[in-house]
Amino acid sequence: MSEKMLLKGNEALARAAIKAGCKYFFGYPITPQTEIGAYMSRELPKINGTFIQAESEIAACNMLFGCAATGKRAMTASSSPGISLKTECISYMAACDIPAVIVNVQRGGPGLGSIQPSQSDYWQATRAAGHGDFHLIVLAPSTVQEMADFTQLAFDLSDKYRTPAMILADGLIGQMMEVAEIKEPTTVPPEKPWAVTGHNFKRKHNIINSLILDAQKLEDLNIERFKKYDIIKKNEQRSESYLADDADIVLVAFGASARMSKEAVDMARANGIKVGLIKPITLFPYPENAIKKAAETAKCFLTVEMNMGQMVDDVRLAVNGKCPVDFYGRTGGVIPTPDEIFEAIKRTVAKEMK
Amino acid sequence: METVYKRPKALTDVPFHFCAGCSHGIVHKVIAEVLDELGVEGKTVGVAPVGCAVMDYDYFGCDMIEAPHGRAPAVATGLKRAMPDNVIFTYQGDGDLAAIGTCETVHAATRGENITIIFINNTIYGMTGGQMAPTSLPGQVTQTSPYGRDTEIAGFPIKVCEMLSTLDGVALAQRVACDSVKGVREMKKAIKKGFQYQIEKKGFSIIEVLASCPTNWGVTPERSLELITEKMVPYYPLGVYKDKGAEK
Repeated sequence: MSEKMLLKGNEALARAAIKAGCKYFFGYPITPQTEIGAYMSRELPKINGTFIQAESEIAACNMLFGCAATGKRAMTASSSPGISLKTECISYMAACDIPAVIVNVQRGGPGLGSIQPSQSDYWQATRAAGHGDFHLIVLAPSTVQEMADFTQLAFDLSDKYRTPAMILADGLIGQMMEVAEIKEPTTVPPEKPWAVTGHNFKRKHNIINSLILDAQKLEDLNIERFKKYDIIKKNEQRSESYLADDADIVLVAFGASARMSKEAVDMARANGIKVGLIKPITLFPYPENAIKKAAETAKCFLTVEMNMGQMVDDVRLAVNGKCPVDFYGRTGGVIPTPDEIFEAIKRTVAKEMK
Repeated sequence: METVYKRPKALTDVPFHFCAGCSHGIVHKVIAEVLDELGVEGKTVGVAPVGCAVMDYDYFGCDMIEAPHGRAPAVATGLKRAMPDNVIFTYQGDGDLAAIGTCETVHAATRGENITIIFINNTIYGMTGGQMAPTSLPGQVTQTSPYGRDTEIAGFPIKVCEMLSTLDGVALAQRVACDSVKGVREMKKAIKKGFQYQIEKKGFSIIEVLASCPTNWGVTPERSLELITEKMVPYYPLGVYKDKGAEK
């Protein structure tokens, strides 16, 4: 039965994961995601699940690797510096086509950074979540409800395409409380005949491995995997549009910055400026179709992020020179206010729409 | 004609790539014999390391997974927690287990993770061509200790069984030597005991095998076995360092 309750974003995510059939969680404490592990340590034993507080982020991710390799739904969560440690194993999981969910409740960086909300791991999540040629499916929640919904979606997509998936949240969405409905899953996980579960003398032994010494074989495998990414790009682009159809200026913002941007859109509209918002939900696959469509009629774009300008690269790639793409951002854990974004909109109007 | 000797069932018919005189082949065969004798190949998942034994996923007939360097005990933890009634083992060298993977090893041990680790200590990084290992002996010449391991600079070898024997989660910590027929028989007994303890859910078991690497030691296979006896055993004394089954 689905249930409605007042929850922190991190707790909504954890509860939704359990609803999605995740009975195994491996983590390490780090602010601002610690509630996820705390919640799992309390709830998983009640359903015969396993919570392990690992000795490191590296170990936690490798426990996830081993657990998910048996076909079980499993998850790890961390925040920015911890995700850097997990990237070794994320690369292995991507190379072995292992479905698993990794959560990043981002904080300010680089280095140890701050513990305030940030979106400065966009490049890492979408471009370089480890060494080698690969992608993750990346989902960006902007509400507590979406923390729950996208977690369930992440398990489904991860299983469907046999690829690790990441929830790229931030400290604001993780820590804030809202009413959310934790829904019953509507899907059934697929069979996993590739899993290492013991062959019981009923099949050939399964091998999960990413060492491919023959360069030609490795190239072939990588090309094959990128065909899968092409299918993901075709089928799974997701975004939300707010007053963007007739907009002269289209804001593009994901996660927490989409919340502030939406308010700024309302302020601008009240002042007679035709502004809209596109909120990417999937960061990989990037919703380039929605951006391209908007670029046909918009006079300019303004990307709003909590970093020095990372997703703006993808907006520019999608817009492909059709019109100017501006950027406004705050970084280090500073959250942009709707007033600041409204001011940025006015500057963009002055600059690009003379 | 009567068959008097054959490959254990739990080994595939893929030929080993190991150098002449290397201990890996013998240890692989002994593990496979133990899996056969205990009748557990069908419910076993092995974890391959990074190093010379990386391709043991092709050699063991059970399901196999290849872990990132040093992370085999963490991968094994994930496997075991998902399937507590299956048999999970890791096969790791000294660089893998006692350098880059020390943290994963110590914590899997102290959690009493119910897995079996076969630890091959040949005092050298074999796959990369003979660099100093965490277990290289004082004075040992390697590619990265060309003047001999200087303990003033490189510190001392790590004694894994001694270190792990202090941890309450460890059910069995035993060191054996792959240097003679007697040594191999002892090794087989120890490995079988480790797997039996796991099946009985007694906790973490590690069997450290003092092993040869004639190629990177620059000696003949025959001499390499003598070196295990002459040089390694005095520094790494053989024996049972922890045995929960023997405790009253």
